[in-house]
Amino acid sequence: MKKILAMLLASMMCLSTAACGSKSEAPAEAAPEAAESETIVLGGLAPLTGAVSVYGIATANGVKLAIDEINAAGGVMGKQVVINILDEKGDPTEAVNAYNKLVDEGMVALIGDVTSKPCAAVAEVAVEDNIPMITPTGTMADITPIGDNVFRACFTDPGQGTIMATFAAEKLEAKSVAVLYNTSDDYSQGIAETFKKDAEEKGMTVVAYEGYGASDTDFKTQLTNIADSNPDAIMIPDYYEKVALIAAQAREVGYTGALLGGDGWDGVLTVLDESKLDVVNGSYYACHIFKEDVENERLQKFLADYKEKYGEEANSFAALGYDAAYIMCNAIGAAGSTDADAIVAALNETNYSGITGDITFDEIGNPIKSTSIITLVDGKEALETKVMA
Amino acid sequence: MDSIVVLVKHLFNGLQVGSIYALVALGYTMVYGIIKLINFAHGDFIMVGAYISMMAIPVMISAGLPVWVCMIVAALLCAVMGVVTERVAYKPLRNSPRLTALITAIAVSLLLQNLFMVMFGSASKPYPAVFSTEQMGGSGIQLSMSTLVTIVLSVACMICLQMFVKKTRMGKAMRAVSEDMAAAQLMGINVNTTISLTFAIGCALAAIAAVMYCAAYPLVNPYMGSLLGLKAFVAAVLGGIGIIPGAMLGGFVIGIVESFTKAYISSQLADAVVYGILIVVLLVKPTGVLGKNVGEKV
Repeated sequence: MKKILAMLLASMMCLSTAACGSKSEAPAEAAPEAAESETIVLGGLAPLTGAVSVYGIATANGVKLAIDEINAAGGVMGKQVVINILDEKGDPTEAVNAYNKLVDEGMVALIGDVTSKPCAAVAEVAVEDNIPMITPTGTMADITPIGDNVFRACFTDPGQGTIMATFAAEKLEAKSVAVLYNTSDDYSQGIAETFKKDAEEKGMTVVAYEGYGASDTDFKTQLTNIADSNPDAIMIPDYYEKVALIAAQAREVGYTGALLGGDGWDGVLTVLDESKLDVVNGSYYACHIFKEDVENERLQKFLADYKEKYGEEANSFAALGYDAAYIMCNAIGAAGSTDADAIVAALNETNYSGITGDITFDEIGNPIKSTSIITLVDGKEALETKVMA
Repeated sequence: MDSIVVLVKHLFNGLQVGSIYALVALGYTMVYGIIKLINFAHGDFIMVGAYISMMAIPVMISAGLPVWVCMIVAALLCAVMGVVTERVAYKPLRNSPRLTALITAIAVSLLLQNLFMVMFGSASKPYPAVFSTEQMGGSGIQLSMSTLVTIVLSVACMICLQMFVKKTRMGKAMRAVSEDMAAAQLMGINVNTTISLTFAIGCALAAIAAVMYCAAYPLVNPYMGSLLGLKAFVAAVLGGIGIIPGAMLGGFVIGIVESFTKAYISSQLADAVVYGILIVVLLVKPTGVLGKNVGEKV
């Protein structure tokens, strides 16, 4: 009996390896031919599984929605666009491996990566290969300076820190602020540092500059200390799941002032129970899109299409993925060829009205566009103001 | 604010976290005491308990029952799951090398995490309010209902458990099995039932800890148990693994040390100090604070 089982297993293994072999060979053979004739092959990277998959899936969905629209409208240079989005699990090593696979498949340009660290790792190799790339959502400052072929569709971490410091000083007229940030996260630290620097330059006192670890869920100790010095506002630059916990605990220790944040806050209402929605009243955060913006018809159409196609609400990651895909395809169309240098030149000339704002690029590949500052009132988002970054 | 008031607040913050650590540590310690297995899947039973209670709350509300009844539902279901896990995954390996069982425990942990990720998605879900958000107390020291309930309930659980182990027949059987499984069997103790009961109690405590944890930190995701489990494991080792009062002591010590380190030394150093203390204790007294030095039988 065991022998039969072993033989069965062995034969199954042979079969499966054979199947894998033929699978990986097929695109490699097909790709160069395809690139020359009917289609334009783009590559995409996103964490589709793992801890940051929430962002990866949304971004990938946004990209796919844009590519579908472009193809339905006749494609680029009369050719259909094919995009292969590979999963990199939020890990820099996996990201570079997946990137190499995409290069082997004959990718013309890259849309990705989603989170900052894998994005920087991929940018390093993309510069050597001279593959034009645009990251929809990699906000870390050091990504675009890596090479001339690296662009992004979102604002940067330091940019958000500056925007929120200016907002606190001018609109909220805050005299004292505190910062509570994630010490093991580049995103959080990037915003925290510039916010602190700019806040001090604008004459505000930073009464507390506290940190916490990536996996912490208890912040009452830090918040008790902060509440003790009672600042006008607390800056909490982290992603929405942490923010939901911190905001609830801040109110629990008796802090009643304003809470500030960055684009990571988008989605915070989805992780708060109905009975706790009031903990984020009096919060302000920088965001890429304002969903209730009824005057932005393209944005409204995007939100409706996205909901119809994927059955859930789009977030700003999806919107940035959508814009990034359009920017790249427009650039290829404007360049009129799939030559890397021509695409990069066309990207530099970008003047695109997207759903996240009107975008042009500065000399290092960062977008110049407006940022929405959102405020939360009883479980509803409202636009506080728009500022140019 | 008066610095004494702030100090007391920090103390209560520490006690609240510490009592959750202690409840979870009890599960580690009991299982280790009885079958010498470090049950790495124990942290994930917290996660299971959190999901069960989260789904039970709307049922409680529609049935007109108080919300905290979800704790009982979660504890019962978790206990059943614990027993089933033990029967399926650990019992067949009871006479295998300890490493085999340990690896299986890690496998069970990963299985539970990924199973719940497939069933509920990896995104965090909000946890409904269990206790009223009213603040209690006066003269500057305000405590939330969840803080008080957490501390009181966990101390009550520990006292009950200690009584159970010391005073009842089943408790006596448990102590006998943990001392010498073969001899206990010869004395007519049903070893399988006793081990199952140990798992059931451990997992029920994990479910109670889950509800209290979620009341304080209202987010549920499939990975929430792993770090909490690790901290609780450290608490169990610090107090002396296998010893019930040791788990409680370890939990409270870690909670309070964490809170005070964050408050008065540096919020970045909290974990470093906790694990630093663990290393020092293990160097000075390898069996933990309350552990007895037992010579290895040759």
